[in-house]
Amino acid sequence: MSFRFSEPSILRIEQLSIVARRDCGEEVTLLDDINLELRPGEVLGLIGESGAGKSTLGLTALGYVRPGCHIAGGHVFFDGMDLFALSLEQRQKLRGRRIAYYAQSATAAFNPSRPIIDQVCDVPVRHGLCSRQEARRRAIALFRSIDLPSPNTFGDRYPHEVSGGQLQRAMAAMTMAGEPDILVLDEPTTALDVTTQVEVLETLRQLIRERGTAALHITHDLSVVAQTADRIMVMRKGRVEETGAAEKILLAPQTPYTRELVSVQMRPHMTPTGPPRADNMTLAVNDLSVNYGHMRVLDDVSLSIAPGETLVVVGESGSGKSTLAKSIVGQLAPTAGSIRLCNEPLAHFALRRSRDELRRIQMVHQIPDTALNPQQKIRDILARPLSFYFGTTHQQACLQVMQLLERVHLPTDCADRLPTQLSGGQKQRVCIARALAAQPDLLICDEVTAALDPIVAAHTLELLREVQRETGIAILFITHDIDAARRLGDRVVVMQKGKAVDSGPIAEVFDSNTRHPYTSKLLESVPQMRSDWLDTLIAKRRGQPSSSVDGAALEL
Amino acid sequence: MIIANQYVPTRALAGMGITIFIILAVAFGPLFMSHGPNEIVGDTWDAPSLFYPLGLDNLGRDMLARLLDGGRATIGLALAITAISFLIGVSSGIAAAVAGGWLDAVLSRSVDLLMSLPQLVLALIILTALGTSIPVLIGTIAILESTRVFRITRSVATGVAALDFVQVARLRGEGLWWIIRREVLVNSLPPIIAEFGLRFCFAFQFIAALSFLGLGIRPPNADWGSMVRDNAQAITYGVMAPLIPAIAIALLTIGVNLIADWLISRNSPAVGEEQ
Repeated sequence: MSFRFSEPSILRIEQLSIVARRDCGEEVTLLDDINLELRPGEVLGLIGESGAGKSTLGLTALGYVRPGCHIAGGHVFFDGMDLFALSLEQRQKLRGRRIAYYAQSATAAFNPSRPIIDQVCDVPVRHGLCSRQEARRRAIALFRSIDLPSPNTFGDRYPHEVSGGQLQRAMAAMTMAGEPDILVLDEPTTALDVTTQVEVLETLRQLIRERGTAALHITHDLSVVAQTADRIMVMRKGRVEETGAAEKILLAPQTPYTRELVSVQMRPHMTPTGPPRADNMTLAVNDLSVNYGHMRVLDDVSLSIAPGETLVVVGESGSGKSTLAKSIVGQLAPTAGSIRLCNEPLAHFALRRSRDELRRIQMVHQIPDTALNPQQKIRDILARPLSFYFGTTHQQACLQVMQLLERVHLPTDCADRLPTQLSGGQKQRVCIARALAAQPDLLICDEVTAALDPIVAAHTLELLREVQRETGIAILFITHDIDAARRLGDRVVVMQKGKAVDSGPIAEVFDSNTRHPYTSKLLESVPQMRSDWLDTLIAKRRGQPSSSVDGAALEL
Repeated sequence: MIIANQYVPTRALAGMGITIFIILAVAFGPLFMSHGPNEIVGDTWDAPSLFYPLGLDNLGRDMLARLLDGGRATIGLALAITAISFLIGVSSGIAAAVAGGWLDAVLSRSVDLLMSLPQLVLALIILTALGTSIPVLIGTIAILESTRVFRITRSVATGVAALDFVQVARLRGEGLWWIIRREVLVNSLPPIIAEFGLRFCFAFQFIAALSFLGLGIRPPNADWGSMVRDNAQAITYGVMAPLIPAIAIALLTIGVNLIADWLISRNSPAVGEEQ
């Protein structure tokens, strides 16, 4: 692409090792003997699961090591300078100006009490590149080049006055305002909806290409990095697993770990088991509406789930998916409509429901870290529903806890641990086990895989399928992840702005020729594992033929 | 250092050392004194001597004997007051946060009402009406202090109560008491412990202020706060008498807060600055 091999590297990391020292004096290796080279204009994708050390590595490019960690060996050279040999003041002069950092969340990166343009101008003004007036002019030009609406006045707005996607793109402008040599992108699109992700990815890629900036793109999503990166480096447990040209990693991965990573995202869709039709629906929701004040967040939604069936609810954030779940479990009172569990009407508030009704609907939350009490051992967490609902004695409960752990494929010695001592995927399994302990009829899964790495997420979905096969429970699966929907769902409801815009068996809704326009937009926005996917999509949206034919096309 | 399978940092050990030393000294020290704390043994503000290592106070009483004897009353009272105020403040604060609704409204507005009146004036009114026996003193100050504890506990517990695991417990059908005790309390502790360290030391000042008005520990009996006040003028003459009880208060404050800091940091990740 745009980088030139002949040029000397702008960033060179040599045999870098970073060690974290815990309070008790114990040392943990975060990075182990890392070598890396980045040429001007080159984009290197850093990929790996959480805890692989990719963020730690990204931060070293800024000459930064988190408190509590230190360099155990190796060097980081930026433009010939050994970053960690520089004084803190010298490093701070480089940061923001020549090496820029792009954070995951724009809402957290912008100061909510200052207009956007003031914050975009801060870097060039503070580093003495130009006057504030000149910086303003350049910022407006940047806004215009990335197609932000009314670029002349866009920057005068406050961060809460623009949409999440626009703010994320404004952050791209902010990061580029100092015209840096290197851009560190730390999970730049992870928190975004698929439709917004497309815009942000395109903006970032455009800026990088136009200005010839080198970038480290950190992510856990291979199909995202495939759109931007020239080379990909796969990391695992602080070590480099594999490095190579992007197409090579996607098409011919070498190590078993990379192969699994690639195959998880390319797995052919599982064939739906076919909805088991029954007259006695586990859950029937009729014309449900929910208001927050005067705003209607859920509008006349109806759906039903049969025993043993998985109903998937897909949509962007703000489409009312979670509101739907909350009103089914009784956390939010609907303004109108009815909810029936096995043909019996349910009270709107959980407080008014009987203990048995509460038991029959269980929920698994999005973020396992906050769904488990950090001060309780796994054994106590799992034993509580047993003793609470079934009056199981302590001894009996301990035995059943072991069975539950085995059922979700966790080692039985987990019972004596605290949630903080488990990984994200393990915690989510504990949450599933806790829900199963109540022997529910309906399991509501609210974005249960959103906070997990792809491989772990795939295993969690498999576990849910397995549990469903064994117990025949009905699952209401809420997600924004179309792949997960295809893998698990029998039927689907597509939601947009509080309304159910499309519904039916998965294959019909997703693959028919007469899709609802919103369903089409949602499906198109899901990144695919080929490097020309973004080019094709952008070209299609602009009504032009695809300009990029040199990308490695990969048929799914 | 490792104690009972737990890593204890040096700072916490220092805090424990100071606190234990003060408690032991106050508990057993008076037994070794040859003269009583209220006995006049010399002139006003006599300099330290071999016999009176900390010198004499404004009336010619032995500083060391008064410090040790006053420490018993001061630490005992402060501990009782703080413990009771936390019992009241923490339980009502968490209950308000978890239950919400009318219970929260009633508790919060009552606390606002109590806090809007000057604390000392309110204490004076109550103590004048009910007499100045020790239990009344403890009860009065504890209730007034508990309003501050209520405020901080409620704000912390509101955050914890919004977490998913509390929602899970609610949707399981758990009662209020279980949620307060098993889900919210244990997860709200760090800021509450920090507050305990501070409130414990504020109690000294409150006792001293009341003593000044003749409502706390009655003269001639000693307490650390009153000792600072009684000898305050000595500073003008370059005499160190008021510094001695002040140092005792400072030492205990530091000791208790070092322990509190350690208890808090045990459950939270490392923070620090870039080097």
